[in-house]
Amino acid sequence: MSRIRKLVSRGGTYALVTVFASFAAFPFYWMVIATFKRDHDLFNPVNNPFLFNEPPTLDHLRLLLFDTHYVTYLLNTFLVGIAVVAITLLTAVPAAYSLARWARGWGETLGIGIFLTYLVPPTILFIPLSRFAASLGLQESLWSLILVYPTFTIPFCTWLLMGFFKTIPKDIEEQAMIDGLSRLGAMAKVVLPLAISGILTVVVFAFTLSMHEFIYALTFISVSAKKTVSIGVPTELVRGDVFQWGPLMAGALIASIPVSVVYTFFLDRFIAGFTMGAVK
Amino acid sequence: MNRGYEGTVAAPYESTSAGIKDRQGTLARLMIAPAIAYIVALIGIPFVMAILYSLSDVTTGDPSVDLVGLRNYREVFNDPVFRLSLKNTCLFALVSQTLVIVLSRILATLLMKEFRGKWLARFLVMLPWTAPIALGTIGWLWMLDSIFSPIDWLFRRAGLLGAPGDLLGPMTNLYWLGEPVLAMASVIFVHVWRLLPLATVIQLAGLSSISKEILEAAEVDGAAGWRKTLEITIPLTLPIIGIAFLFGLVFTFTDMTVVYVLTRGGPVHSTQVLSTWTFFKGIEGGDLAQGAAISLFLFPVLAGVAALLLRMARRAEVT
Repeated sequence: MSRIRKLVSRGGTYALVTVFASFAAFPFYWMVIATFKRDHDLFNPVNNPFLFNEPPTLDHLRLLLFDTHYVTYLLNTFLVGIAVVAITLLTAVPAAYSLARWARGWGETLGIGIFLTYLVPPTILFIPLSRFAASLGLQESLWSLILVYPTFTIPFCTWLLMGFFKTIPKDIEEQAMIDGLSRLGAMAKVVLPLAISGILTVVVFAFTLSMHEFIYALTFISVSAKKTVSIGVPTELVRGDVFQWGPLMAGALIASIPVSVVYTFFLDRFIAGFTMGAVK
Repeated sequence: MNRGYEGTVAAPYESTSAGIKDRQGTLARLMIAPAIAYIVALIGIPFVMAILYSLSDVTTGDPSVDLVGLRNYREVFNDPVFRLSLKNTCLFALVSQTLVIVLSRILATLLMKEFRGKWLARFLVMLPWTAPIALGTIGWLWMLDSIFSPIDWLFRRAGLLGAPGDLLGPMTNLYWLGEPVLAMASVIFVHVWRLLPLATVIQLAGLSSISKEILEAAEVDGAAGWRKTLEITIPLTLPIIGIAFLFGLVFTFTDMTVVYVLTRGGPVHSTQVLSTWTFFKGIEGGDLAQGAAISLFLFPVLAGVAALLLRMARRAEVT
């Protein structure tokens, strides 16, 4: 009796998980199909859209990689991502350390204050920031994105790292200082190596967030060769009014999957920042 | 909880004339200064500028800022499109996040169990959140296509659509993004799809924090199944559910990508939201002042959410 119940419950779990997984992943399956489907097959409303009715093709991929700016978009995205990661690390690591270690009382408040600026959305800031970028002569330049993206990576990353630094016992640094290291030396040589997993989380997080960003890129950049993948794919792979669905889906798929794989590994640590200590 | 640094090693250094590498107060301030400077310069000042713009007559053509009082707010508020976008913004955020909370609860409970292939299930389930939102939404745009939508194809195959007398009508397609009600439903649906993973992971964190002893004690007392869920796990994880809801609310409330990629606010403004309306008025229309005024209507809700989160964080600290 109980064995039957267990089997039913197990079957139910699998069934429900399958429903959820299909719901979440279906658009990506849809991209795979469109990427390799011949136009003749793709644009026939009678054909079964879920399967290949004609042999698959690499034409869309060829068009995407050689006849569009897609590779440039990927490169631009990568450059912006790397620069944003660098700026984020240079500002957030010292700030988080300082808040976690030295601040009495006001450290916590200031930390939460910094975190809350993460809630001020690009939707409010992009109008003044577009004027700001223009007055610095940065319109149509990747530098405008590099300058502005840290506004959403610094607050969250500082908060996240603060949590990491707090878990490292102070005795370790104190011992290092007794052994002759300076205060700063103890931080650089003893604490940072221990916080490497936190720093790695911040690297992944800052990079993926820059890659996901849409509003600033859409507002600041209109020259095709300067676009990032987030705006290049939806705005440039359309000829006139005609969407080139094959290359479009290929472009979305190629950019989505690698970043998703990496992001998934770090998701739990990143969520620890959102729950703000409400979970111990 | 351990606040601040009160270690024994620290104190002597403070007063002596040790090098800068050892002077704590100075170091603490120096190290936090770049982050604060960045936030003030690129969040604080632009925010004040947004307020200033909203009280002025600045446009892209005439960038001088002359104050005109509350005129923009009056004009914005008398605009029926603005009222519609305000209504849509609230509707989309509230409906999608209510659905997300219910679904993420179910999904998180499932993912608490051990089963074969869990890593794959987890990867697939997280895809909508881990992939760039504009690209995921593009996938939906193709799925909701007016002619080639696979959903319509299924309906036609099932005999629900496409012939006279069929349940969903004689047309060959439903025109998901061309009919106001269907377009609104599509936007909400894509928001649910996008934020379900985030809420699920937050709820998972909540569920795994409940101690085994409590659950075992409940079972000894005869609570099982639904009763255990209703009387133990939900009350215990209520703060976490609240956090998932608030973040989801902020993300849908301020999001522009889904609506911009799917419908551009159409058909005839029926899916217009505050963020897209800000963009169309302020950037494409060049009326920076009105754009700023529209975007600032987001602020009261965000301030409310921030206050609630602060209160939760304080409570978490006390316990």
